[in-house]
Amino acid sequence: MEFLRPATWAEALAAKAEHPDALPIAGGTDVMVELNFDVKRPPFLLDLTRVTELADWAPDGGMLRVGAGVTYSRLISELGDQLPGLAMASRTVGSPQIRNRGTVGGNLGSASPAGDAHPPLLADSEAGAVVEAHSVRGTRFIPISEFYVGVKRSALEPDELIAAYWLRPAAGPQQFSKIGTRNAMVISVTAFAIALHPASRRVGTGFGSAAPTPRRATEAEQFLSDELTASGRWESRAELDPAAVAQFGELVAAAASPIDDVRGTASYRRHALSVMAKRTLVWSWSDFRNARPAPNSRRTA
Amino acid sequence: MNTPMTPSPARSDQRLDAPITGRGWSVRDSGRGSHPDTSQPIARTAGGGSRGPDDVDNTVTRTGLVKATSTRMDQSSHSGKVGESPLRPDGTLKVTGEFAYSSDMWLADMLWGATLRSPHPYACIRSVDLTEAVKLPGVYAVLTHEDVPGENLYGLEHADQPVLAVDVVRYQGEAVAIVAADHPETARRAVEKIVVDYEVLEPLVDPEVAAFGDMADDVPRLHPDGNKGGGPEGQGGGKNIVRHLPIRKGNPEATADVVVHGEYEVGMQDQAFLGPESGLAVPAEDGGVDLYIATQWLHVDQKQLCRVLGMPAAKVRLTLAGVGGAFGAREDLSMQAHACLLALHTGKPVKMSYSREESFFGHVHRHPAKMRYEHGANRDGKLVYVKAQIILDGGAYASSTPAVVANAATLGVGPYKVNNVAIDGYGVYTNNPPCGAMRGFGAVQAAFGYESQMDKLADALGMDPVELRIRNAMAEGISMPTGQVVDSAAPVAELLRRVAAMPLPPEPQQDSYDLRQLPGGVSNTTHGEGVRRGVGIAIGIKNVCFSEGFDDYSTAKVRLEVIGGESVAMVHTAAAEVGQGLVTVQAQIARTELGVERVTIHPIDTQIGSGGSTSASRQTYVTGGAVKAACEKVRGRVLKLAAERLGRPAAALRLDGDKVVSDADGVMAALVDVLHEDVVEETVKWRHRPTHPLDPETGQGNAHVQYAFAAHRAVVDVDVDLGLIRVVQLDCAQDVGKAMNPDAVVGQIHGGSAQGLGLAVMEEIQVTDGKVRNPSFTDYLIPTILDMPPMTVDVLELADPHAPYGLRGVGEPPTISSTPAIVAAIRAATGKDLTRVPVQPHHII
Ligand SMILES: Cc1cc2nc3c(=O)[nH]c(=O)nc-3n(C[C@H](O)[C@H](O)[C@H](O)COP(=O)(O)OP(=O)(O)OC[C@H]3O[C@@H](n4cnc5c(N)ncnc54)[C@H](O)[C@@H]3O)c2cc1C
Repeated sequence: MEFLRPATWAEALAAKAEHPDALPIAGGTDVMVELNFDVKRPPFLLDLTRVTELADWAPDGGMLRVGAGVTYSRLISELGDQLPGLAMASRTVGSPQIRNRGTVGGNLGSASPAGDAHPPLLADSEAGAVVEAHSVRGTRFIPISEFYVGVKRSALEPDELIAAYWLRPAAGPQQFSKIGTRNAMVISVTAFAIALHPASRRVGTGFGSAAPTPRRATEAEQFLSDELTASGRWESRAELDPAAVAQFGELVAAAASPIDDVRGTASYRRHALSVMAKRTLVWSWSDFRNARPAPNSRRTA
Repeated sequence: MNTPMTPSPARSDQRLDAPITGRGWSVRDSGRGSHPDTSQPIARTAGGGSRGPDDVDNTVTRTGLVKATSTRMDQSSHSGKVGESPLRPDGTLKVTGEFAYSSDMWLADMLWGATLRSPHPYACIRSVDLTEAVKLPGVYAVLTHEDVPGENLYGLEHADQPVLAVDVVRYQGEAVAIVAADHPETARRAVEKIVVDYEVLEPLVDPEVAAFGDMADDVPRLHPDGNKGGGPEGQGGGKNIVRHLPIRKGNPEATADVVVHGEYEVGMQDQAFLGPESGLAVPAEDGGVDLYIATQWLHVDQKQLCRVLGMPAAKVRLTLAGVGGAFGAREDLSMQAHACLLALHTGKPVKMSYSREESFFGHVHRHPAKMRYEHGANRDGKLVYVKAQIILDGGAYASSTPAVVANAATLGVGPYKVNNVAIDGYGVYTNNPPCGAMRGFGAVQAAFGYESQMDKLADALGMDPVELRIRNAMAEGISMPTGQVVDSAAPVAELLRRVAAMPLPPEPQQDSYDLRQLPGGVSNTTHGEGVRRGVGIAIGIKNVCFSEGFDDYSTAKVRLEVIGGESVAMVHTAAAEVGQGLVTVQAQIARTELGVERVTIHPIDTQIGSGGSTSASRQTYVTGGAVKAACEKVRGRVLKLAAERLGRPAAALRLDGDKVVSDADGVMAALVDVLHEDVVEETVKWRHRPTHPLDPETGQGNAHVQYAFAAHRAVVDVDVDLGLIRVVQLDCAQDVGKAMNPDAVVGQIHGGSAQGLGLAVMEEIQVTDGKVRNPSFTDYLIPTILDMPPMTVDVLELADPHAPYGLRGVGEPPTISSTPAIVAAIRAATGKDLTRVPVQPHHII
């Protein structure tokens, strides 16, 4: 196994073009486990940690562009206000040691259905986050809902690397909730994220570990967005209709296609998703009702 | 030079010059770490807060003996004596990552061993082709059962397990062939190149079928060469029974006003010790082998290795290497024989070191249990009878199964007085992973059964569960279901009262929340919705030391001499230090008995007689007893010397502060001046009082040495909509006879309670069709610090007059009652029956 250590992004892309079978390594918190377990024996490891621009983030045209190499710890401390859903998810990842090394770029690279960054990325704004992939051939912007193509498979081409992902700073309440059978350091049995987008009168969702890929519950989103709009609640900020909350929970559960495995049963996952969907909706709505409009949220009366 | 080196702590790629054989535990400075506040009682919370002066003076009086329930440290004496808490000699090294574990050993020209394991739970081996493996450059040896010079069998109680499989494999992970190569990766690749032609068979995985299935049908007999358990052949029906132990007492026809039935299951728990199996075997010039090994009992390893290698004990020498932890999993051989075979075959040192995943296949686990209980009681709550059937799945080989069955059956009613008992304990062979020793074995499984029953009975009677237990609590003088009369303290009612009276945590707040205080923690699953609180209490009983007539002893050599102008005691035993703190206690005993400050612990090896197993909560009792006895002999000789030199009767003299002291005249002489050039050395082989076998038909007999008790109260919050649990508080009261090292005692109680918590709510090796589904810490979950709540620990010291210093084994009891207490609390919160541990979220919703 050869260890490639590009100093610049251009070198990294060139190396990946030359060796499409090179395995990128960022925090290494997935890669090292796979090497130790002998799951992967790549001919080349491509170390991205010397490429400093991967660890940058910046606002850009009303969006946030976050480098693939920004760690969970930094997401929590530096972006917790602007990306509360992703920060909440980050807080549930592993242990402090893992959060100090692990990155969302790596979570995307692994594309595991259990990755905790995925649900909030899916719930972000109308179509979710966007992944910016680079290769020597150029740049691709991949909508997040097209990024996950199968169990641990993403839309990345063999010569591509993830440079960054784009999200909208939160313009409404966001929540993330994750089931694990211990109270810390646990891979999700299932997880759920919700984001309210009052400006566009939309609700975004994402869930993990309950289908071959991370998924949005699109019907549930549509139902709730319509319901809130039709009942004038975006303006009135009135209490939610309990029947609508229940319906939302059921639709989220229905969007899942979970399996039985060592971490839990399919029926438990479905049930848990509906409970988390209902609870996180109630919490977000209560935040929305109690909050002044966020500064950049347009209020159309 | 053929002495293994440990890597430098600072630079692990460099060699240090200190051979591991020179790594004695020097405990000279350990006194500095003794508790600064010597008046502090040992009852304290995990957070370190004292429970306050009110708890210090609970003095309990019994027939002529007065004991304080909490230790007041002796302020006048030197630091680090019995009853104080000197720091572990290896504590700082371990915390800073500098301690050399067995896997850190290294020799310049060593080879690496690797093991080919069966992927099938049950299969015949048609052929094994080594050709491609042998061809691989860097490979020095590829061995199968044909290369075993001695007997190809081992086992703790019955040698029924092949060192390397012959024509059949009986569990997934069974060793088939071994390889030595100049690089661990080469060894692994060579293993992959071995071709085994298996004829896969249908595994026998249901322990009830194994026990009672009809042999005429298609139930295979896994060990056709016979019933190894000593019980009558075929008793109970099946031929896969390792041991059937019936316990019969009183009237089998007894009837009662109120009867409760229950069926309970315990899943397969793993010991999850630190430091997977590893060791280094070094061939010696005399044709023998030196094995540096992390184990629990050097001499039982040695005995088995001698048989396998066909060598006398003098040629198979073992030295304990750094052990991370054990909890029973290191009682059986793992890589010991394999490494020795490879070393002797190649003439080179061979190191073997399992990965964590391999470790899950490389050691025995806790027996899963299926238990049926029937309890009958009068309206006043007094138990009339208990009937039970306890089936323990021993997996493919016997290991400790007979002893596990004995514990489960003899302790099967719990710490209660019951006149009519009918219990049948069974240990069976299946094609599941082999099960053997784990902290509290047999007693842990039974306690989940009988304590669940006591709660069910309390419910049926409309009685408070603590009150019901107290009404039936056993006490000193009662006769056990085995007919053995309990002849030392059995403060069962007192322990229950104590945990019941401990302050409860504040109720959860209604208007605000802290995620870390809620089930699910920062995973943000509830802000209080669906959360119900429950409280549960349980108590357990454990036998201490080896039982049933086993010749259970330990050997200690103690030497007193002058080194560099100071009087120094050296203690040498073969008793394994596996993290429990025996090395600290041995030094404390030597300081106490010999009045010296400097004590050196000799490396632990087979150059001295057996120390017995580091299990059954026995080492402080038995090896402690041996060290004490050896010290007393040394002291006798030194005082005789002193008497001659000082012209005083020896009886008027004692040793204290490195001086010879007379009560009448104070300091008489420095110890160094009395000793001069003399080296006073004594070796003692020490036994606890004998035990006796159980009658195979009735289970009657004085089989146990000592009984130990702990009670727990658990407070849990359960999210009843999601089935998530947070243990809010876990309190324990335990009688330890004498707290030899109060900090270590409390540490054992914390750790044991945590292990019981794990079994209650998360720890299980999931086995389907004989295959392990979660052999890694990714999915075999053990409690983290965020799962383990604060504890109030109350330690009683009711001396056992038969034991050294009055002590009672400490290590196992806290593991036993913690599980049923937590499950009782979850039942209280949810109203669910919960008859299986670990409790999973989907059991609750
Ligand atoms: C103890 C432990 C606990 C964990 N707990 C959690 C948890 O609670 N939740 C969770 O979601 N995960 C968890 N993980 C998994 C892991 O930490 C996360 O998936 C993390 O996000 C991986 O990030 P990394 O930077 O370490 O990735 P790496 O391991 O470096 O890489 C992961 C994958 O992404 C690829 N990759 C990395 N960077 C790029 C890039 N820029 N472009 C293209 N491909 C790239 C790699 O080739 C590899 O395939 C845990 C892991 C451990 C060891």
